[in-house]
Amino acid sequence: MTDVTPTDSGESPETGTSTAVEESATDAAAEIPDPHALDDAHAELLARFEDELGAAVLDTGKAFGMPIVRVQRTEWRRAAEVCRRTLDCDFLSFIAGIDWMPAPKEGGDDAGGDTSSPVQPTETTYGVTGSDGRFQVFARVQSTTHNYGLTLKVDVDADALLVQSWVPVYPGADWHERETWEMYGFVFEGHPALRHLYLPTGFEGHPLRKDYPLLSRVVKPWPGLVDVEAMPGGDDDAAEPAAAEPAAAEPAAAEEAS
Amino acid sequence: MGLVEKGTLSKPALKPLTWLLNYSRKYSLWMFQWGLACCAIEMAASMASPRYDVMRLGVIPFPASPRQADLICVSGTLTDKMAPAVKRLYDQMPDPKYVISMGSCANCGGPYWDSYSVTKGVDQILPVDVYIPGCPPRPEALIQGIVMLQERIQNEGIGNDELERRWRGEPIVVD
Amino acid sequence: MSTTNPPLPEFDIDPRAFRTLADAQMGVELDTGDMILNLGPQHPATHGTLRLVVRLDGERVIAADPVIGYMHRGYEKLVEFRTYPQITTLINRIDWLSSFANEVPFIDAAEKLMGVEAPPRAQYIRTILTELSRISTFVLFLGEMGLQVGALTPAFYGFRDREHVVNLIESVTGGRFHPNFNRVGGLKDDLPWGWVNETRTVLKKIYDACDVFEDLVAGNEIFAARTKGVGIIPPEIGAAYGVSGSNLRASGVDWDLRRDGAPYLVYPDLDFKVWTHPDGDSFARYWVRLQETRESCRMVLQLLDAMPSGPIMAKVPRIIKVPEGEVWTEVENPLGQMGYYVFSKGATGPFRVKIRSASFSNVSILPWMLRGVFVPDVITILASLYFILGDIDR
Repeated sequence: MTDVTPTDSGESPETGTSTAVEESATDAAAEIPDPHALDDAHAELLARFEDELGAAVLDTGKAFGMPIVRVQRTEWRRAAEVCRRTLDCDFLSFIAGIDWMPAPKEGGDDAGGDTSSPVQPTETTYGVTGSDGRFQVFARVQSTTHNYGLTLKVDVDADALLVQSWVPVYPGADWHERETWEMYGFVFEGHPALRHLYLPTGFEGHPLRKDYPLLSRVVKPWPGLVDVEAMPGGDDDAAEPAAAEPAAAEPAAAEEAS
Repeated sequence: MGLVEKGTLSKPALKPLTWLLNYSRKYSLWMFQWGLACCAIEMAASMASPRYDVMRLGVIPFPASPRQADLICVSGTLTDKMAPAVKRLYDQMPDPKYVISMGSCANCGGPYWDSYSVTKGVDQILPVDVYIPGCPPRPEALIQGIVMLQERIQNEGIGNDELERRWRGEPIVVD
Repeated sequence: MSTTNPPLPEFDIDPRAFRTLADAQMGVELDTGDMILNLGPQHPATHGTLRLVVRLDGERVIAADPVIGYMHRGYEKLVEFRTYPQITTLINRIDWLSSFANEVPFIDAAEKLMGVEAPPRAQYIRTILTELSRISTFVLFLGEMGLQVGALTPAFYGFRDREHVVNLIESVTGGRFHPNFNRVGGLKDDLPWGWVNETRTVLKKIYDACDVFEDLVAGNEIFAARTKGVGIIPPEIGAAYGVSGSNLRASGVDWDLRRDGAPYLVYPDLDFKVWTHPDGDSFARYWVRLQETRESCRMVLQLLDAMPSGPIMAKVPRIIKVPEGEVWTEVENPLGQMGYYVFSKGATGPFRVKIRSASFSNVSILPWMLRGVFVPDVITILASLYFILGDIDR
């Protein structure tokens, strides 16, 4: 996927025709408001942020009324300072990481695999503001006085797995960065003590990486496996265009969504 | 109990004595509640709530230390980080002691069966006497488990050789 | 009478040390060592498996280090292997006292990505059940904070009143807590017959119970002496640590996501007051939650009066496939700000979900806050912050 905002109207996702019918049918023919549009406060916040940081902003985007910015790796801490001091975003919501690699099939390609877990697409896409590589760190800051917030993303250098730490700016970043370190392995420069938060001290591996297998699922398939019968007119994966008509025709289909 | 163990007590006195001792033991269980997660709320509801009061069965919560407890009720998800603590506190309990595994997380890992940090069932480290399935089981289910355990306690044997082979048959599963 | 004394034991003591070991001078500061005390992880006062390692100088805490993770179940990894309806079952158990409130933001995120809107009646019922969950968990808090401070009676009242609310939730959803009632696009079932009148009766009981708590607990001078001035969170420090919800409102910050955040459920149509308290101590946190319980009762009454009729489920396909995108939803959970950042790639399950849970940030302020605090006040502070271990550890 390119690193621009996703399709503007939420009713026609890229995967095919509408998989759901808008319940507010009055808007069907009239102009459909952009669900991603930013309101004034957020648009102004985004503009001020771009002014302050200038060239450090690699990309901006929006998702459902929330502005997202991707900043340069070397300016991550400065971005935090700008948010806290200049933009009045005093509340740190979270800092987390993401691994964009598609999850390998449990048990390997030739194994039976675990058919109970959802099948994810195998090509790598990077979300709204794109990414330089496999790993990213994203964070969200908000203001308690003005009703706005901002999501910031930064790429993590894939070789060294280094990110600047936000602890000097937001003291609450301490625990979030410890958690991100132990789940992904990113080292936060400037963090006072990167030690385990959730996991026992001798834990090996970084669980939230996509190549960390859940061994229980490798050993035995999901005990509650239920055969979901295919929609009339094809199997599940291919049935998107066909699924809309039977689903719309049967009100009873709405109750069994699992 | 020394009289019983030495065998100086006559045969006719053994049965009523056994009955009396078991009767008093089953109605004075001091429960060490190992409340970990959501099931702890149901366990607390059965202990402290005036509606499902379990104290009327003689089961008292909150022993001051494991050395004074004779029943441990593990309720909630057991993680690998917490497991050594359970084992150690269980070892500190004096005999005769019983284990209730409450909730599906404690029985077999429950909804977190595939997690990297969850112990798949407390029976991997402790011998369980009663399994109470549910997510969370209702307080009535916990009370039923305790009542069934009390019936089993009533039927236990005492006396030296029987103390060694105290009946640890199939664990009770509440349904 | 023996003529030989037994030999002196051989050990090395510096002769000069004798002077200091048995020293009893006046006006001299005695040399003390610090003690490390380990509270938990199994402890009646820590709401679950929280371990707090404190270094004490006498009765005063010098440094505190919370050790969490004893309830870490790996939610963020588990949800990558589950479909959306399966995740709904699982996320109930994050904040296990107000379970319904955990499902709502996730379902909201999935619905936003799909472009589905739940019908108005479903939104109203969701709001009512969220507020009932809030009432049930706050009523338990009101009783249980008294227990932590040392009073046994409020705990029984708390559990008894919570039973009323939990019975209501059970009659709608089938589960006392962990209802698993939301579906993408609406709800599983409609309200049973007579539920609305039953709810009004229960709300009256809870409203009266709040008066009882106010007299019995908040009005008790021992409680006030134990909690006033204890554990003050300055608002800027609280916000920088991510403390949210009633904890931050008790420090005077007028911020409530039901009113100030992105509109969700029926809150934009509701008329309610956001309660704050200027002090920021433990008593303020208790007081704010007490007022919020009353406010929630009033909100539910408004909702019951205004509830529309209609369907409770939008038309969604049988297999929920959420299109590609990312979305962040945040709500005002009883414990604070809870949010889900959902990355979807068009499959039946999400690609990554970041669960922002309120108690994680609420507890991260403990190392800062517990410096210089007495040991009994540590318990009061833990009780007043009101965290749930599943919410911290996910």
